[in-house]
Amino acid sequence: MRRGAVGVAALLFAGVLIGALLGLPAPGAGLPPLVTAQMGNSGVTHPVTAVLLNFRGYDTLLEVAVLLVALLGLLAVQRSERAVAPGAAVEPVLQTLARRAAPLMVVVGVYLLWAGASRPGGAFQAAAVLAAGAVLAHLARLLPAWSAPRAWLRTGITGGFLVFLAVAVALLGGGALLQYPPAHAGLLILLIEAGLTVSLALLLAGLFLFLSEEGTRR
Amino acid sequence: MTVGLVFDLLLAGTLLWSAWRTLAAPTPERAVILFIVFGLLMALAWARLSAPDIALAEAAIGAGLTGALLLDALGTLRRRAGGGP
Repeated sequence: MRRGAVGVAALLFAGVLIGALLGLPAPGAGLPPLVTAQMGNSGVTHPVTAVLLNFRGYDTLLEVAVLLVALLGLLAVQRSERAVAPGAAVEPVLQTLARRAAPLMVVVGVYLLWAGASRPGGAFQAAAVLAAGAVLAHLARLLPAWSAPRAWLRTGITGGFLVFLAVAVALLGGGALLQYPPAHAGLLILLIEAGLTVSLALLLAGLFLFLSEEGTRR
Repeated sequence: MTVGLVFDLLLAGTLLWSAWRTLAAPTPERAVILFIVFGLLMALAWARLSAPDIALAEAAIGAGLTGALLLDALGTLRRRAGGGP
């Protein structure tokens, strides 16, 4: 009886959602031509990167800030007591594989960062690949879990956001937030993306590695 | 063209099926594995929608990192359930 009522309510809600979706005007009809028209000023040749880091750079800045706050929250709730890592033996095959894969993942990460200017890629994807490499190394017990971050790790984690913020502040004189001068836009975007790649990689890896040993003892 | 359409229909069906199986999985282990499968299929779907940027992000973050985090959480839960250290 109750299940039936929930099912009917869910179906009704789905119907309303579909109706609302069909009632929307044609998606984004006005924006792509605008982006295409302004590509020359963006400093990059890939429209997605142009939107993410130039036209709507503000959104990306806040996204990175949100990720940073998430990691700070994780560090805040973390207990200081640490359990000893369970000394389970790791298969040598896994370790060898991780050793072989990690350098390749670094190369792929740097390639994605560089490719972001002209084709699919960019800081977030590059950082995710680098972070996955760190997680893989950790799972193969080549990289120990992280405890409280020391100075270099703090610098690395916040550095990308601070570079982004510094560029935003430096350009504030121009009247609008993150309005790059077209002549230097490409260089500035590469600088920001390089900083973001390092920071986001440490951030995403940190989400895993700071937590890693937590909770084995309560 | 028709091959593409068949593939898309198959992909959409598999996506819905894997999403349902993830939610209805009897054990957390199976749910996590199915969630990773769902993430990879989702990445394929984004690629088919000619959004390679989102496909890359979905594969790396949605399926890869989230899957690793969920598997790690699963291991921690299992250790804790198994009497603890």
